[in-house]
Amino acid sequence: MTLLGNLALWLAFLMGLWGAVTGFAGGLQGRTDLQRSARQAVFAMFAALVVAVICLEVAIFQHDFNVAYVAGRTSRNLPTFYLWSALYSGQEGSLLFWATVLSLFATLAQVLTSARHRAYLPFVAAVTCVVAAFFISVMLFAPANPFARLPYTPVDGAGMNPQLQNPGMVFHPPMLYLGYISITIPFAFAIAALMSKKLDVDWLVAIRKWTLLSWLFLSIGLLIGMWWAYVELGWGGYWAWDPVENVALLPWLTMTAFLHSVMIQEKRGMLKKWNLALILSSWLLSIFGTFITRSGVIASVHSFTQSNVGYFFLGFLLLAVPATFVLYAKRLPLLEAESTLESMVSREASFLFNNLLFLGIAFSVLWGTMFPILSEWVKGTKVTVGPPFFNQVNIPLGLALLALTGIGPLIAWRRASIPNLRRQFAVPATSGVFVLLILLVAGMRDFGALMAIALGGFVMGTVTQEFARGTSARHRQYGEPLALAALRLVGRNRRRYGGYIVHTGMVLLFVAFAGMAFKTETQATLRPGESVTLRSPYGHVYTFTHVSVSQYDALNRRVTAALVEVSRDGKHMGRLKTEKRQHVDALGRNTFEPSTEVGIRSGLREDLYVVLGGLVNGTEQAVYRFTINPLVWWVWAGGYVLVFGGLIVLWPGGGPPAVRRTQAGYAVKLEART
Amino acid sequence: MSIDRRGFLVAVTATLGAALQDSLAGSGPAGRVADPASAGRPMTALTAADIDAGYQAIEKKLKCTCGCGLDIYTCRTTDFNCTYSPNLHRQVVALAEQGKTAQEIIDAFVAQYGQQALMAPPKRGFNLAGYFVPSLVVLVAAGFLIRALHRWTRAAAAQAAVAAPASTGSPDASPAELERLRRELERHPG
Repeated sequence: MTLLGNLALWLAFLMGLWGAVTGFAGGLQGRTDLQRSARQAVFAMFAALVVAVICLEVAIFQHDFNVAYVAGRTSRNLPTFYLWSALYSGQEGSLLFWATVLSLFATLAQVLTSARHRAYLPFVAAVTCVVAAFFISVMLFAPANPFARLPYTPVDGAGMNPQLQNPGMVFHPPMLYLGYISITIPFAFAIAALMSKKLDVDWLVAIRKWTLLSWLFLSIGLLIGMWWAYVELGWGGYWAWDPVENVALLPWLTMTAFLHSVMIQEKRGMLKKWNLALILSSWLLSIFGTFITRSGVIASVHSFTQSNVGYFFLGFLLLAVPATFVLYAKRLPLLEAESTLESMVSREASFLFNNLLFLGIAFSVLWGTMFPILSEWVKGTKVTVGPPFFNQVNIPLGLALLALTGIGPLIAWRRASIPNLRRQFAVPATSGVFVLLILLVAGMRDFGALMAIALGGFVMGTVTQEFARGTSARHRQYGEPLALAALRLVGRNRRRYGGYIVHTGMVLLFVAFAGMAFKTETQATLRPGESVTLRSPYGHVYTFTHVSVSQYDALNRRVTAALVEVSRDGKHMGRLKTEKRQHVDALGRNTFEPSTEVGIRSGLREDLYVVLGGLVNGTEQAVYRFTINPLVWWVWAGGYVLVFGGLIVLWPGGGPPAVRRTQAGYAVKLEART
Repeated sequence: MSIDRRGFLVAVTATLGAALQDSLAGSGPAGRVADPASAGRPMTALTAADIDAGYQAIEKKLKCTCGCGLDIYTCRTTDFNCTYSPNLHRQVVALAEQGKTAQEIIDAFVAQYGQQALMAPPKRGFNLAGYFVPSLVVLVAAGFLIRALHRWTRAAAAQAAVAAPASTGSPDASPAELERLRRELERHPG
């Protein structure tokens, strides 16, 4: 199987090279035979990579421990669920996964792109082939070959890192990869538009679903990653500003900025240069993120082991950045705006400030991530840039962005009049102030949390007002019942109202983030029957009573489980179990250091989070950490709402594409005058 | 005192049961578990210093040297396999017991491990660039954006002034009607 896998990799590599050459040549010379060949090269590359994936999966499921990757990532007693995820749980496999998914997306772009945008496809084939060929070349030459064999065959494999044996880790990496990878398609269309000089809104229409898809995958990937960190790592939080988390956030920020600013280009023919730059930089940031993750150049708990693979990505980045920049710079004269901004107080201006903040946050995250390296270069001093730094710099920017989330939809396109502003802002501003007053009366004094929740109230006021006005307009116009009118309002204007649902999700997330300012915790050493109490931010007194410790064998681990009884204000609430797991291979040998499984009781107001630190001298006397994390449930709820809103926007249909309503404002003006 | 056969059996069973059972909830000492080795690194009972809020506040400002990227407090209460963070914690406690203040303890760590011992760089020298460059960049960019917006809106106003005489001849709608139309459109969804 490894021979076939290697052959498939080489075939895919050659197909990638061929597709790149014929795609560029066919596109530039207008030769249909070369264009057709490029398209077929994409399909062949995809087929070859699927064969390679099947070969690796077969090796994994057959426990072929002569294959280094299989021996290093799996064991005979690894549950089947995790055998699937073993495909991308290591460096080599994840590269193969990446290349395969990229070739799948490249194939879908060739097949699903409408005839109207066919002119871009040879270049799209070429760009996707270049990127895929690069990833395959890393496997073949780095070396990071997933089919590399060992000089001997171990009886059993080393097993999978216990922290990866979590459902979150089965879905987090592929979702994040799907987000990263799918950015390549909009990037390829952007390069195609630049090379073919077809820089009107057509390429934007062609990439619209792809950009949304990328954004959605990145969002889901980040959210599942947060969930995994919370339930698995045991430090009681979900975001630690780790370099790898940061670089995953960067393309999400630039893509979100693009999803806002592209509306200005579609409606007004403005910001062409800016939108192109956002798409190009999103892709470059995704490669930069891959470099940081895989090079180990910055210390991170997530990083793959330090290897020369990272430097392949650095080399690729050093070639891609100037090439992209030169092409972009050459086409700048073709990217002039079709109209100008009419007023500082307009939806367009608010979107520009929104973009400024997204890019500002992206810059500050990048700056903070790279600052340790910069400091070492400039001053020769190693420094650590941890959460205190990122919170200090990003919280004000995040709050300003939250405010703009509420302000933007209230301001009219082109120009807003004073009476219009007064009418639009009355309800949302009142709701924001009302929330702020309630919080102050309730005794909340944390400035960041106060502002986050009050601004959340303001944004919700905006969203509610938009839904209420739209629904009542339909109700008046068509005589529809209110519920039906609301449903049809969303169905007929998916982009707008789906966007508002996404904003609602963001509000929930911000409010939940604010809750962590009130986290409380304690540690205790308890014998069976002994208790410790902890007061929650809401004033409840929780009592945690250590019940017992039990030990038992599970499929691939020995479990030490500690049971804790919980009561709130003297009322029994239930039991929580927290574990130590010693993973073993099929021969019963320890494979990793013991890991900790957290006991969590999640509620709307707060989470109880119990961690078993260990046992005192091998007895039932246990060391615990007890944490009360307020509002964490709302992080996941906000995530669901955000994804739901994204799906509504992404769902096909729902009225004519925005491009057909290009410059709607002007159309209205003309109609009014004729 | 006499005891019947049933009473004797109950007493023996109870005694054996108590001996075999590791422990009883809420009573007696904690018994040994069957396989202590699989329960992680053996721990000692927490001391007052381990749960002291003052020490925790100091440790939250200092980075663990194990490479986890976490602060000492979070690492020692999260990664129970780490051998660095308990030692660093002991070092904090020892320095405090010598009568050092929180800042002196932090300074001692910086002297020993360098600036990377801190979770965030101190706000002095080149590090100021770390803190202020992002805000400065955003402010400068905002300045440029406001200037550009002014330029664009002025250009739009000039264009409108040029175009206005040409269109004055054929208005089918008065400015008031156009304003009303605009308001209606703003109210209309979609």
